[in-house]
Amino acid sequence: MIRELTCIVCPKGCPLKVELENGAVMNVTGFTCPRGKQYAIDECTHPMRTITSTARTDNGEVIPVKTDRTVPKESMFDCMTEINKAVVRLPARIGDTVIENILGTGANVVATANMD
Amino acid sequence: MKQIDLVIIGGGPAGMSAAVAAYESGVRNLLILERDAHLGGILQQCIHNGFGLHRFGEELTGPEYAWRYEKQVWELNIPYMLNTMVLDISPDKVVTATNSEEGIFQIQAKAVILAMGCRERAKGALNIAGTRPAGIYSAGTAQKYVNLKGYMPGKNVVILGSGDIGLIMARRMTLEGAKVHAVCELMPYSGGLARNIEQCLNDFNIPLKLSHTVVEIHGKERLEGVTIAKVDERRRPIAETREYIPCDTLLLSVGLIPENELSKTASVPLDRVTGGAVVDQDRQTEVEGIFACGNVLHVHDLVDYVSEEAEIAGKSAAAYIAGENAEKVDVALHTDGKIRYTVPQRITQKKAVTVFFRVADVYRNVTVKVKDGDNVVYSRKKPKVAPGEMESITLKPETFANAGALSFELEVQ
Ligand code: SF4
Repeated sequence: MIRELTCIVCPKGCPLKVELENGAVMNVTGFTCPRGKQYAIDECTHPMRTITSTARTDNGEVIPVKTDRTVPKESMFDCMTEINKAVVRLPARIGDTVIENILGTGANVVATANMD
Repeated sequence: MKQIDLVIIGGGPAGMSAAVAAYESGVRNLLILERDAHLGGILQQCIHNGFGLHRFGEELTGPEYAWRYEKQVWELNIPYMLNTMVLDISPDKVVTATNSEEGIFQIQAKAVILAMGCRERAKGALNIAGTRPAGIYSAGTAQKYVNLKGYMPGKNVVILGSGDIGLIMARRMTLEGAKVHAVCELMPYSGGLARNIEQCLNDFNIPLKLSHTVVEIHGKERLEGVTIAKVDERRRPIAETREYIPCDTLLLSVGLIPENELSKTASVPLDRVTGGAVVDQDRQTEVEGIFACGNVLHVHDLVDYVSEEAEIAGKSAAAYIAGENAEKVDVALHTDGKIRYTVPQRITQKKAVTVFFRVADVYRNVTVKVKDGDNVVYSRKKPKVAPGEMESITLKPETFANAGALSFELEVQ
């Protein structure tokens, strides 16, 4: 089976073709750099995504946050539920941890803006 | 009147990067004027990632990217004024501005860099039949509500236009619990990046309806639904394909235009295609000493390229102030229509120049040719070009030194 993907690792968005046999990746074509090949393999075996969102702050505003590494794609909505429960104490700086090891994914949710 | 060597209008990514480059090229008497309450411009509400891969080799969110430059502005002690609105720029570079502390004030500048960015096309410009209830927003306005104010405009969403902001908002609102029913794109292709179609629409099974548009808006006070339809090759809706979608929110992501009201006060000639100033390789406009960069000059796909262009403007403004110049030439750059525009539009100095251009349609197996009369001075093959992706080529000085004009053409096999 051939699966066609668009590489999302960089804005170039290379069109990838993945040759699959019983779920195993046999061959990848279309990538411009090695990160594209790795993306194709991951995407066909255990797709991962970075989440960017906002979290509430203790003064009732919102602060932008992200997962500091990718999390399993299927966990995105569960992670969002956790992020929306969090309350960030101000002041906060870029990189401050908001949630440690969210849902055991190994990723921390961190602030992506400075707020006083 | 206050005398300042370099005044930069706008403290977004273009303005900050131009200021840093000018400082590093020796300009010490400079000032950034910013309308908003913070530096960073629109990046502050672009909380998604994908910025900076080109510039910093890592993937940053908008506020993180902005911070990289804010930090430099602070470390270099580059002065800036916030909440300051520029009212007028005269052709001899007197900048009139106002803020609540100083009232109206004037600055005589030696050079000015225009870095005001762009705005979204107004929804009023769209002639859709039906009512005008609450619930219709530009994608950027919705982005501001959700990301800066923490307020969701609605639960059931239809998006018209597949520009990147619309795609990003489709994902954003889906993650926050809304249902995005469709993204309708009038053209047979999307204007957004392929990666955004993949990660913002396909990841969430949001249908991208190409060659579709919204033909009618329903609802009295609040939006109740929209009627969409497929369009034919001449972009006219096909009646039999009309389909009603109930929704409480319609987002419009139908394009960006450079914000050039101020440039007009300085009599800066604009390019009808880009909506921005006509510039030379230094990003100097046709008004001497006034430079332009970033989205006020032409709409960029990536902020990384905005920073790069702003550096050119910053360095060039510094050279202008110092009175440095390369050997002069005068070469106008023309396009064939398949290539819609080039930036710069004119070459005035004999030094290597990178010319950016955008094409009018999706073309495959093309050759980009640059001609001096019938003489081809540059040629390069490309498997595919698309309006959503800016292209660039670099010309050596020998290729245009004796030319009066160069023609940029696209040969399609
Ligand atoms: S394959 Fe490499 S160049 Fe192509 S989109 Fe992926 S990361 Fe970018």
